[in-house]
Amino acid sequence: MAGEMTEILDSTAIQRALTRIAHEILERNKGVDNLVLIGIRTGGDYLAAELQQKIAEIEGVKVPLGTVDITMYRDDLGHRSNLEVGQTDIRFPLNDRCVVLVDDVLFTGRTIRAAMDALVDLGRPRTIQLAVLIDRGHRELPIRPDYVGRNLPTSRSEQIEVQFNAQRGPIGVNLFK
Amino acid sequence: MNFAHRHVLGIKQFNAEELNFILDTAKSFKEINTRKIKKVPTLRGRTIVNLFFEASTRTRTSFEIAGKRLSADTVNISASSSSVVKGETLEDTARNIEAMHPDIIVMRHSASGACHYLAERLDCSVINAGDGTHEHPSQALLDAVTMIQHKGQLAGLNVAIIGDITHSRVVRSNIDLLHKLGASVRIAGPKTMLPPGLERLGCKVFSRVAEALEGADVVMMLRIQLERQGKTLIPSLREYSRYFGLNEKNLALAKPDAIIMHPGPMNRGVEISSAVADGAQNVILDQVENGVAVRMALLYLAAGGEKQNHDADEGDIHEQLAD
Amino acid sequence: MNSLLIKNGRVLDPANEIDAQLDLLVVDGRVAAIGKNLSAAGAQIIDAEGLLVTPGLVDMHVHLRDPGLEYKEDIISGTAAAAAGGVTSIACMPNTRPVIDNLAVCRYIINKAKEQGTANVFPIGSITQGLKGEMLAEMGELKDGGCVAFSDDGVPVVSSELMRRAMEYADTFGAPIISHAEDLSLVGGGVMNDGPVATELGLKGIPWVAEDAMSARDIMLAEFTGAHLHLAHVSTRGSVELVRLAKARGLRVTCEATPHHFTLTDEAVRGYNTNAKMNPPLRAQGDVDAIRAGLADGTIDAIATDHAPHHIDEKNVEFAVALNGIVGLETLLPLTLRLVEQGIIELSQAIALLSCQPAAILGIDRGTLTQGAVADIALIDPYFSWQVEPTKLRSKSKNTPFGGWKMKGAAVKTILAGKLVFER
Repeated sequence: MAGEMTEILDSTAIQRALTRIAHEILERNKGVDNLVLIGIRTGGDYLAAELQQKIAEIEGVKVPLGTVDITMYRDDLGHRSNLEVGQTDIRFPLNDRCVVLVDDVLFTGRTIRAAMDALVDLGRPRTIQLAVLIDRGHRELPIRPDYVGRNLPTSRSEQIEVQFNAQRGPIGVNLFK
Repeated sequence: MNFAHRHVLGIKQFNAEELNFILDTAKSFKEINTRKIKKVPTLRGRTIVNLFFEASTRTRTSFEIAGKRLSADTVNISASSSSVVKGETLEDTARNIEAMHPDIIVMRHSASGACHYLAERLDCSVINAGDGTHEHPSQALLDAVTMIQHKGQLAGLNVAIIGDITHSRVVRSNIDLLHKLGASVRIAGPKTMLPPGLERLGCKVFSRVAEALEGADVVMMLRIQLERQGKTLIPSLREYSRYFGLNEKNLALAKPDAIIMHPGPMNRGVEISSAVADGAQNVILDQVENGVAVRMALLYLAAGGEKQNHDADEGDIHEQLAD
Repeated sequence: MNSLLIKNGRVLDPANEIDAQLDLLVVDGRVAAIGKNLSAAGAQIIDAEGLLVTPGLVDMHVHLRDPGLEYKEDIISGTAAAAAGGVTSIACMPNTRPVIDNLAVCRYIINKAKEQGTANVFPIGSITQGLKGEMLAEMGELKDGGCVAFSDDGVPVVSSELMRRAMEYADTFGAPIISHAEDLSLVGGGVMNDGPVATELGLKGIPWVAEDAMSARDIMLAEFTGAHLHLAHVSTRGSVELVRLAKARGLRVTCEATPHHFTLTDEAVRGYNTNAKMNPPLRAQGDVDAIRAGLADGTIDAIATDHAPHHIDEKNVEFAVALNGIVGLETLLPLTLRLVEQGIIELSQAIALLSCQPAAILGIDRGTLTQGAVADIALIDPYFSWQVEPTKLRSKSKNTPFGGWKMKGAAVKTILAGKLVFER
């Protein structure tokens, strides 16, 4: 990745943000009943696992966790060379569940659109909420996050990257100019 | 990885890394087939023509289901193989279909090299669903997925393939794939059905089935037909069954956990006894199931592979989606 | 008096064992003299410095497709291709429509070639009427009418009894039988050489034994009848060995090989290249080596093209349904000269294989520069570099597997009975 790098969040700041989001999710949904976490591959699924852990620390309950791969739902096939197709792994029914969709960086909203299409193909959730670590703006679709770690105004040309360690723990968010 | 193939003409065109990529992709598509709503919008708006010059219910159905599960519009065309008799050449037939702007043509033809011929002349993607006695890549790939499903990996496996090798396109694709991914292949059959050069392709060749079966991890039986291209290669099905068929007795020579495969349709009592065909080691239905996933993967990859030299805005779209 | 003086060339006339820097004088269409520092008042002079001056080449195996299949080739285009290849005499095979099994067709070909052609054309009559392998053709009348040999080329004479009678009958009139040696039951539906490449491509193979078995039968019939048997386009190691053995035993057996069979192997078929589809098929490296050895030791008497023009629509199809054969007249000379460059045969041997030797088999008074002979002459630049561009071939058909090949050597002037018929 070219250009200048600025650290936006360090590991501690990320943990603080995720802890807050976990509390907000529980508050908004009045507990863990019917709650499930679905992370978007790859990045969002790691963060969803972190949130599951935090919710368990607060409530003592491990909410169901799944991952969704949106490659098959992208709207740009034929405009790129082939992307690897990952597996969607959701081992519980989604019908009437309160789904919290988790992603690392929210940008145009197209990924979230694709993820919602994928979820709807798997069942009929009662609600879908969206949790993201970073919202960098520049939305192209009418999509709004319910839980945000940090709002970060960016220019289009900048890039945001969430770094994970080998244990899939988030260790930093960096901005590249 | 950069998968740079617009056409799928044979296993020969792929290296090991590409083959693994296809197999991994197929694994991801397999999950969709277990869902209640077995459909994703990936190929929405794409048109796939299944152009079959030879009757083949199962391969055609498998490709059709694969296309439909990817939301493509699939059209089946059964054409006569003897286009020469009709006075229309293969190229003319294909050009007529191409004029309707399909994105992918899936073709089955009785002439070896027919798909190759078409791919050289048309702009759309061509997927080989079996050409003469040349290749049948999707079958070899679904066989590989099935072997991996049961054996973990292909490397180190001993695969015995028994039957009419000369007239089998499945075998040619399988030999190439298995060798590229580290398995070893043993071939057995009457010498009338063993073509020259199998050793040069790296196979161990036996005329006795027992020798090929000994210690095998996978046993693949091929369909036998008494008449092939007007030639009698064996005296009778009865004798074939006795000396080259798979039964409970000679199956015991293979590893106890060996799996039994067959590209179908089976001739019970000829190349495979009913007891074996219905036995626990048989994975033939897994092959069929994996066939749909493999074909979804091939359609997906062929569709995405069509713009390798991407246009200027690709980078932009890519970045926008990186959210 | 019309005279032509070719000066300073390297005159190569294997029949007379001439190979020297000499002048050659042609008067009234015949060779008048060969010698040093010749001069002739009023003669047109050609400076052949750096060129070979050889007898016009003789190609004893050509399909002219005329009459009946003129969309592939006709006598005019076929002889134009010949002239461009340095070939002044061709023997044409009888599988025209109608077949050369009657005097009318034979005369039609000879007359049209004389009136409109740029090479001598010697028809080969069919062995059996209509190439059907049933009744003998009227060989006596055909021979008198100008046929130089008899062949059912394209199909074998299946019946051994009929082949025996054909040899006996043709020998009565002093004409050789040219055998297309192929056991059809062994060919089956084969479309290329049987072997590892066929296995990989999934194409039905034609095993070498299909040719060897029939060559052996015909050689035995030649021994039995005492007739002159000529095997067309030998392509296998076994055929070469059988001919070598027959010659050692003193039989009247000769044979020819084609440039493609001593240049290419069945690897050329990869990619389903229909221009590598011919009959007999391109064989394995061992066969190619055997043919080269047979050319070197004199087992093989002639190099002939089996020039087989086909329309693009007959080749631009699936491999299995494509027609057999390639054009060869315009690549005959450079492909033969490659053998010289590779040290397999001597230059004089190459010219003999392309001139006096095939002429002797057919019993025609061509292929030499003997004083008094018809002045059919090729002026060859053995170092002329060129690239085969199928579209630029003079033949009507462009079915060559050598498209794009860099060639060395070409006829720069071709002279037919003292007249310039081609100039590069």
